[in-house]
Amino acid sequence: MTDGPVTATAMVRAERVHKRFGRVEALRGVELTVAPGEVTVVIGPSGSGKSTFLRCINHLEQITAGRLWVDGELVGYRQDGDRIYELREREVARRRAAIGMVFQRFNLFPHMTALGNVTEAPVRVKRIPSSRAETDARRLLERVGLADKIDCYPAELSGGQQQRVAIARALALEPKLMLFDEPTSALDPELVGEVLAVMRGLAADGMTMIVVTHEMGFAREVGHHLVFMDDGVVVEEGPPRQMFAEPQEPRTRAFLSKIL
Amino acid sequence: MPTRASGAGPTSSGDAIRAIPVRHWGRWVSAAAIAAALGWLGWSAVRSGFVDGAQVRHYQFSRLILEGLRATVVLAVAAQTAGIVLGVVFAVLRLSKNVVASWLSGAYIWFFRGTPVLVQLFFWYNGVPSVWKRITIGIPFTHLTLYSARTVDFMTPFMAAFLGLALNEGAYMAEIVRAGILSVDEGQVEAAQALGMTPLLTMRRIVLPQAMRVIVPPTGNEFISMLKTTSLASAITYGELLRRSSDIYSTNLDVVPLLVVASLWYLALTTVASAGQYALERRYGRGLRR
Ligand SMILES: Nc1ncnc2c1ncn2[C@@H]1O[C@H](COP(=O)(O)OP(=O)(O)O)[C@@H](O)[C@H]1O
Ligand SMILES: [Mg+2]
Repeated sequence: MTDGPVTATAMVRAERVHKRFGRVEALRGVELTVAPGEVTVVIGPSGSGKSTFLRCINHLEQITAGRLWVDGELVGYRQDGDRIYELREREVARRRAAIGMVFQRFNLFPHMTALGNVTEAPVRVKRIPSSRAETDARRLLERVGLADKIDCYPAELSGGQQQRVAIARALALEPKLMLFDEPTSALDPELVGEVLAVMRGLAADGMTMIVVTHEMGFAREVGHHLVFMDDGVVVEEGPPRQMFAEPQEPRTRAFLSKIL
Repeated sequence: MPTRASGAGPTSSGDAIRAIPVRHWGRWVSAAAIAAALGWLGWSAVRSGFVDGAQVRHYQFSRLILEGLRATVVLAVAAQTAGIVLGVVFAVLRLSKNVVASWLSGAYIWFFRGTPVLVQLFFWYNGVPSVWKRITIGIPFTHLTLYSARTVDFMTPFMAAFLGLALNEGAYMAEIVRAGILSVDEGQVEAAQALGMTPLLTMRRIVLPQAMRVIVPPTGNEFISMLKTTSLASAITYGELLRRSSDIYSTNLDVVPLLVVASLWYLALTTVASAGQYALERRYGRGLRR
């Protein structure tokens, strides 16, 4: 097993990552490196394994073959010399707390207010005193433009507002990496902009982000790195402008011609 | 062609519709028929001399009956509370990835739902003390004993009734809680996990509070049912409402008035419980209306 200097500096590094669900092989050897501070945009047809790959990075799914590192640590395992140990549930949870995740369907906790959603993990997982967690949460909600919605329940918010609360909730743990799985796909068109604006701000602040999206404008303007996935593998990757202008692979060309 | 303004702005006050409502003659006729039948039943019962209003009033608030009422409430609340705790524990075990835990929980539910409560009560009260003579709680491999008693002394009618009803109720509550847990969107668990919450914390803070909306209504029904099922404990001499009533009528033979007295108290208890259930349902629906 090579454990070169790249592994130590990359935020995410995937080597021949496979994920099998029974008879379906969702990932068939994904290779990818994400540098710190970089915005990686992942595109690809439905069912190509984009969500599965994000979920593997966060260990919501366990990979079935290959190697996957986040910030130099094997996902789900502890390496000690040549030996690899499976991590306990508690340790997996601790590592997940360092990675923020934003879902297509928001998944806010409906029985808690916006503030409650944002303070839940800092107070319960990191055991930060609730007064401090609240101050931090207010600041975060202000940052995503929801200072006036702090005491609202998710059912009282629009889709765009809910997704911004979800981003604030993920940021509350001060993650070193943010994963976005089609964050604007469930939104009415006029609400997409407000969520993308928040994500732009994050990118400008130097957050490392992996974003699965169909928003090609965002990919072009904010992405440092564009990845095209199909059928469980990375087919092509490169700088967004270059890939949009002259895709090398026929499959990339066919996909882009359909959505641009 | 140029567009034309219709000039139809919002009207200040719409014309209210004054229609003659549909008359439901059938409902009135059937209601009158039912009322007449019930009236005749009541009147003939009173005329028979077996239902004596004065006697009912006399016994309704007598000391023995009120003691029985208290015993009924204590047993029902204790057994239901323990049943809910057992139900949550066994529901979580049933859904756990641990095969042994899941199997154990399945066996528990299978056994206690599959045998009559009355048999279980006899088992605790009569069976257990004759099989296991002493109960001893101590620290293993030492001579320290924390508690030791003859099983017959430990297994009072209350203890036997409590154990029997609670364990039986736990099996039903486990199924109710399991349905509640399964009703919660998987995305909720995923979001909690992604925030670094452990499975136990996720269950306590995220899943169970949302499952309440599904758990509370059938739990109310269970408690109402429990209030009445406690009457089975009269068979193992626990002095609850029915036992007290029958103690009285076995000496003075006023069977019907005392059964009416007991029934009125059961009705009163279930009415109060229904009101409480309604209040709880409103509380746990909060923030979840979409
Ligand atoms: N939990 C699962 N069980 C079985 N199959 C799954 C599961 N999750 C994803 N898959 C399958 O894996 C493939 C990739 O899915 P996904 O990662 O969701 O694709 P994408 O996000 O690119 O649309 C699909 O064929 C999907 O049906
Ligand atoms: Mg997807």
